Amino acid sequence: MSETIEFKIDGRKIVAEEGKTIVEAAKINGVYIPTLCNFEGAKPKGCCRMCTIKVNNRFMTACTIPGAAGMEVESNSEELNDIRKGIVELLFVTGNHFCPSCEKSGNCELQALAYRYQMMVPRFPYVFPQKGIDASSPKIIKDQNRCILCQRCMKTIKDEKGRNYFAYQNRGSKLAVVLDEKMGKEMSDELAALAMENCPVGSIIYKENGFKKPIGKRKYDKRPIGNEIEA
Amino acid sequence: MNNKISRITKRYSEDPARLLDVLHDIHSLKGYVDDDDVEQLAIELVLSEATINEVISFYHFFSKTPVGKFSIYLNNSITACFRGREAVKRALEESCGTTFGSVSEDGLFGLFDTSCIGMNDQEPAAIINGLVFTKLTAFRVKELVKGLKEGKPVSELIYEGTGGGNNADKDIQSMVQNNIRKGMLLLNRDYHKFEVLRKELKQHSPLEVIQIVEDSNLRGRGGAGFPTGIKWRFGRRVDGKHRVIICNADEGEPGTFKDRVMLTEFPELVFEGMVIAAYATAADIGLLYLRYEYKYLLRFLNRILGEMRTEGLLGKNAAGIKDFNFDIRIQLGAGAYICGEESALIESLEGKRGEPRDKPPFPVEKGYLNYPTIVNNVETLASAVKIIKHGAAWYKGFGVKDSLGTKLLSVSGDCRFPGIYEVEWGTSIREVIEMCGAEDVQAIQVGGPSGVLIGLKDIDNLGASNLMKWYKPSGMMVAQKFYDRKLSYSDLPTGGSIIIFDKRRDLLQDVVMNFMDFFIEESCGSCSTCRNLPSVMKQKLQKIIGGHGVRQDIDDLLSWGKMIKVSRCGLGQTAANPIVSSILNFRDLYEGHVQAMTDFDNEFDLEKSVQAANNFVGRKSVFHQN
Repeated sequence: MSETIEFKIDGRKIVAEEGKTIVEAAKINGVYIPTLCNFEGAKPKGCCRMCTIKVNNRFMTACTIPGAAGMEVESNSEELNDIRKGIVELLFVTGNHFCPSCEKSGNCELQALAYRYQMMVPRFPYVFPQKGIDASSPKIIKDQNRCILCQRCMKTIKDEKGRNYFAYQNRGSKLAVVLDEKMGKEMSDELAALAMENCPVGSIIYKENGFKKPIGKRKYDKRPIGNEIEA
Repeated sequence: MNNKISRITKRYSEDPARLLDVLHDIHSLKGYVDDDDVEQLAIELVLSEATINEVISFYHFFSKTPVGKFSIYLNNSITACFRGREAVKRALEESCGTTFGSVSEDGLFGLFDTSCIGMNDQEPAAIINGLVFTKLTAFRVKELVKGLKEGKPVSELIYEGTGGGNNADKDIQSMVQNNIRKGMLLLNRDYHKFEVLRKELKQHSPLEVIQIVEDSNLRGRGGAGFPTGIKWRFGRRVDGKHRVIICNADEGEPGTFKDRVMLTEFPELVFEGMVIAAYATAADIGLLYLRYEYKYLLRFLNRILGEMRTEGLLGKNAAGIKDFNFDIRIQLGAGAYICGEESALIESLEGKRGEPRDKPPFPVEKGYLNYPTIVNNVETLASAVKIIKHGAAWYKGFGVKDSLGTKLLSVSGDCRFPGIYEVEWGTSIREVIEMCGAEDVQAIQVGGPSGVLIGLKDIDNLGASNLMKWYKPSGMMVAQKFYDRKLSYSDLPTGGSIIIFDKRRDLLQDVVMNFMDFFIEESCGSCSTCRNLPSVMKQKLQKIIGGHGVRQDIDDLLSWGKMIKVSRCGLGQTAANPIVSSILNFRDLYEGHVQAMTDFDNEFDLEKSVQAANNFVGRKSVFHQN
């Protein structure tokens, strides 16, 4: 049994096991810190920067840093919330996200965060990039228009030898998450369903199963994201 | 199964951590890596093909398609552009019969752009099949291509003969010039190879060595300036089966080339520094990460390591110290600026994409293969040798209070004497300008694109908006005038890149744009902010330069530049610096472009929008202005 530590988020007392990341510790204590790339059970990478917090006036990511005794974390501040809203807007304008026609609408974390941060017109001009759709796998569709490059599929969808189905390609603004052509052809239904489930947006769609749960009965249709954590 | 590929993977014990070496060897064998090779590598290294492709596609000098019998990578740094790159580019395209980004039909020539190759004092420069050609002109390019077509070996085509010093060594044979303009402590011929390893080192315990380096206040010379002694002390304290010393020779910051000169002229000093660091921290693994652009030095450097082994300075009981086992391996990079960031460099050493890691844990706790790892810059390690030789007190006699010792400056751009200058910390901008013979100076880029663009109109003349205040670091840069600003960790910290622009240059259109393109190309892409913001900001800058901006656009840029500071690594956090620092120091240039009398954002360009239609029907629009 590891030791229990205490620290503060926005002045509120947080009690958690030592070694828990700030996001996890906050969650247990009913404090919501928004995340996109973070995924329970997978090694955090801090690539969406949504969970950016301030400790000692320095930016850090709450999903990668363990809480430490006596730490004073700033999270729900005007400055940080504006940055988070900015990141959501940035992801919207640099992809092609058309919610009404998306199979993931209502279950989409990016959409849910846009609602939570009350995104209206993004501060950035729309880029409308030309991106492709890979439907070569019999089980899934990988739609690059909607991909936010969070690495969740890369970190969680593996075969029994530990090989990754998904990987990065290129770098910088040309970066993409692609499906291994051969492995994609032999993907099981279970993995395909899991891949869609783990994708925070509608970039991975399990073929013929996109609308299994009707709109209106989806995760964020009735209450905003984070609501399940906040008391 | 291709036996040649199997032999290569066996050479590296089928270790996926050596993927970079495997890929390098396949490139030497056939010039590129095709799908069949990837399929075979995936089986032999037990990785998915996508994972191997993700590594190949990350590095600029790896390719999935043929790059031509002669692959020509032409540097696109701003200095190259100002020194006639365009004419060279055109001559290359004409004589090779292909355009940039592609391979000629006969498969002979591949033409590619590449980020700064560390030759900013002898631009335009290109890498042809791993060899560097400098001071290119349209004429020289035509002669070169003619020679290549006639079947002459690349190495015989260097037109001015070999450069000075060790560039003429039998294992280098390069036309690169050192251009050492001023030496002090490091660039000093009064250096007796490995003397410290043979004499002084044994007189000190490892902890004493750390204490001496700490007392000297030596700080990291790569740019960040972390105290070296403290880093060594931390590294020594962490338990691990192995401990690792890494020498970072991946200088990719445009405009810096000091490590190239150090490794050409004083490689012994650098390796000696690595052994000292290893002795102090009880490390047993030594790695030098050499950027691909300096591949032409590889054989020479390996020869020196071989000599050190023969002389007992490396290996078992290294330097004759009992139970001190330490050896050095050189890892060749493959073209990625981000790998100069220490944790990205470690990822790359492990055969992966060079994506920075989240910190903590810092490399001193968990670095290469999770062993405690100390990463030091070439110049830092070389300085440590001099400190152990002459003592901390001696070293503190150079420089200024918070920045002791000397700094190697890589000076380039609009000046008469570009090259390497070793100066004391605290040297003023005025002295730099006089030293290198620059005239009509408009601006100086200190620290490369990730640094700052400073000019006569300095930071204190700025408005007092909240945004401006956010950027103005407290206690720094207080009302100092341009010429009197000093190179030091508290005023103008720098890894040593100094690029000078005279009054002919268009700072926004040419300089800032070039730097933004650099960051867009070199971002690893992992963070949402650094992957997307530079191109979005560049678009906005284009809008301003095109005359369609309003005042609000300038403040937008500052505000977005603030957002990028949440990125994981130094590259990301500084990727907006070209725009932000040019607004801070040259706001008038921006104001001159925007429509100052209106807040109305007429981003829409009617004339441009109807141009295609006009061209098609052969008609000209008439615009009525009120």
